[in-house]
Amino acid sequence: MMYSMKKLVTSTVLAASLLSTPAVAVDLEFYFPVAVGGGAADTIEALTKKYVEMNPDVNIEAVYAGSYNDASAKAITAARGGNAPQISVLLSTEMFTLIDEDLIEPFDAYVTDAEKETWIGGFYPSFMENSQTGGKTWGIPFQRSTPVMYWNKEAFKEAGLDPEIAPANWDELVEMGKKLTKTDASGNVTQWGLRIPTAGFPYWLFQGLSTPNGAILANADGNKTTFDAPEVVEALEYLVALSAEHKIMQPGSINWGATPKAFFEKEAAIIWTTTGNLTNIRTNAPFDFGVAMLPEKKRRGAPTGGGNFYLFKNASDEQKQAAVDFVKWITAPEQAAVWSIATGYVAPRPGAWETDAMKAYVEEVPAALVARNQLEFAVAELSTYENKLVSKIFNDALASAISGEKSAADAMAEAQSKADDVLKAYRSTN
Amino acid sequence: MGKLNQQWIYAWLLLLPAMVILLGFTYLPAIETFIDSFFSTARGRRPSVFVGWENYERLISDDVFKRVLWNNAIYALVTIPASIGLALAMALFVHSPRRGVGLLRMAYFTPTVLPLIAVANIWIFFYLPTIGLIDQIRALFGFSAQNWIGQPDTVLYTMIAVAVWKEAGFFMIFYLAALQAIPQPLREAAAIEGASRWTFFKRVTLPLIMPTTLFVSVNAVINAFRLVDHIFVMTQGGPNNASNLLLYYIYDVAFAFWDTAYASTLTVVMLIILSVLAIGQFFFLDKKVHYK
Repeated sequence: MMYSMKKLVTSTVLAASLLSTPAVAVDLEFYFPVAVGGGAADTIEALTKKYVEMNPDVNIEAVYAGSYNDASAKAITAARGGNAPQISVLLSTEMFTLIDEDLIEPFDAYVTDAEKETWIGGFYPSFMENSQTGGKTWGIPFQRSTPVMYWNKEAFKEAGLDPEIAPANWDELVEMGKKLTKTDASGNVTQWGLRIPTAGFPYWLFQGLSTPNGAILANADGNKTTFDAPEVVEALEYLVALSAEHKIMQPGSINWGATPKAFFEKEAAIIWTTTGNLTNIRTNAPFDFGVAMLPEKKRRGAPTGGGNFYLFKNASDEQKQAAVDFVKWITAPEQAAVWSIATGYVAPRPGAWETDAMKAYVEEVPAALVARNQLEFAVAELSTYENKLVSKIFNDALASAISGEKSAADAMAEAQSKADDVLKAYRSTN
Repeated sequence: MGKLNQQWIYAWLLLLPAMVILLGFTYLPAIETFIDSFFSTARGRRPSVFVGWENYERLISDDVFKRVLWNNAIYALVTIPASIGLALAMALFVHSPRRGVGLLRMAYFTPTVLPLIAVANIWIFFYLPTIGLIDQIRALFGFSAQNWIGQPDTVLYTMIAVAVWKEAGFFMIFYLAALQAIPQPLREAAAIEGASRWTFFKRVTLPLIMPTTLFVSVNAVINAFRLVDHIFVMTQGGPNNASNLLLYYIYDVAFAFWDTAYASTLTVVMLIILSVLAIGQFFFLDKKVHYK
């Protein structure tokens, strides 16, 4: 008797729980990387949770997938094994690789024509350069950044410079850098004028030099590079001269991670690094500092950086539609503002900057505006087919010029011929 | 006959778990890697096709491959003797019971326990120009700042130093155990005969710990190809491949460039190198190892 009672109760509970589940719940898996410290992961999880609460017919599992490289490796490995996530944030520069691997699908089929204008058309155009190719939209900008220049106002005062004015062009950068470089009695440098980190992936900040000099490193089809263009060689010669000739920057490759620390310790008076470091520098700099756009040469210019949302191909139509709806929601002004304030990433749509939260933030941190204003001059981050291989070829060439092993012209000519070997397979007209 | 059969079944059953794991995770992947090295990489729309020796031809003309092979040779030739020598020296130093020797042993062993990824982040700050620990100490003596991990001629040696620091403590434990196992009467006999400490070390200690040396050196050789965690954190193989090693390059080719066929080819090369070295050590050193 007891036994059958128990059985009855169990089966009733089971039936009830089955009934309470909506019949058409869509399950989504969402990979996201975290490249900056702070509460980035918590913010994504909180936003996802909020969306799921508002939309009980969708269930989204947000999976923290490590660094950008880890997240790519995980997503591609999972996709090859037939277990791809439905959506993932990955580097915007991976677009061609993901297309080539036949893993992603454009967003176009899942948005109405009106939405193409209002939603996709509403992102900053410089962010869309890394998100569209062949007339289709493959990525939706989310955690995007751009490099900016930070300067130590105290050091400027000590050097007899106006602490409120940052170097505006290449000549001023060298001139001020010389005044800011200090040596001790035995001739050893105690404070460098400038620090442009070049270790690991020098190409990104190098684009902060090549773009103002009028060069675009790769075409929009991702199958041709211009590494040996005179503008590129000239920009590299300038970068090399900063250490070799003007002696305002540490020779050799310069570490990325330690750059804010070098700034705090007054080892470098001006640093270039991502706007994603703004919160870190604001919290830890023991002196007054300024933030400015990268200096200009023939024009103003900088690369964009960071990650986009991608839609994976292997999902069902239902899942894809649900995924696109989620992406629409999380990139909407209110959510984009929350995300931008929490991380320092540049909110990718003008609308986000009109929200009350963002307005209040900008009032408190006017420096956040510098990155947004720079977007007008920004261009796509270097991205091609076989992107990691091509960017490694370019990085190695930059490093060999920085270390003095090769001349800028030789290094760039060699890089271009190697990149051509890789990319020629992608140039067939089909 | 029936009994013999039964014994065979028992034997196979007992061997089965280990065999399944060895086959599944070691031999089959190795064979598959070998087969893959003769095919091209499948890329979305283009399937993998048989290409014969093409991947191996590419290997021969690949400058980065030559560079990593050369780097790895230097890495091995320095880390193997240095870590073994240091391990033996440390073991001899903390062998005899003394006050505070336990603490010292623990200190020597600590690097083994610490995760290399975490520690590499700290090593970066030792090596930083001007503000790093090493340069701050050098500055006291008036030396100028050096960009240790930022220049091609020093970066490989900074990686070697981290590897030796990491490994030596681990090897010391084996030497310590071997030293403790040397019978006390030998020491007393040597003392009566009036043998010097050096003679005792050369004639008694060294031959008796030879089996340990073989074991440690096999491990050191494997580590010289396997220990690349700090490269990920500290240099990513740069600048311009100056600190790139074979295994790191394989990772790059496989999981950054997604060129799995070429990565398989590189892996085959690495397997051949490791097999030759291991076989060489066992066959040629084995004769000299055991004290007779």
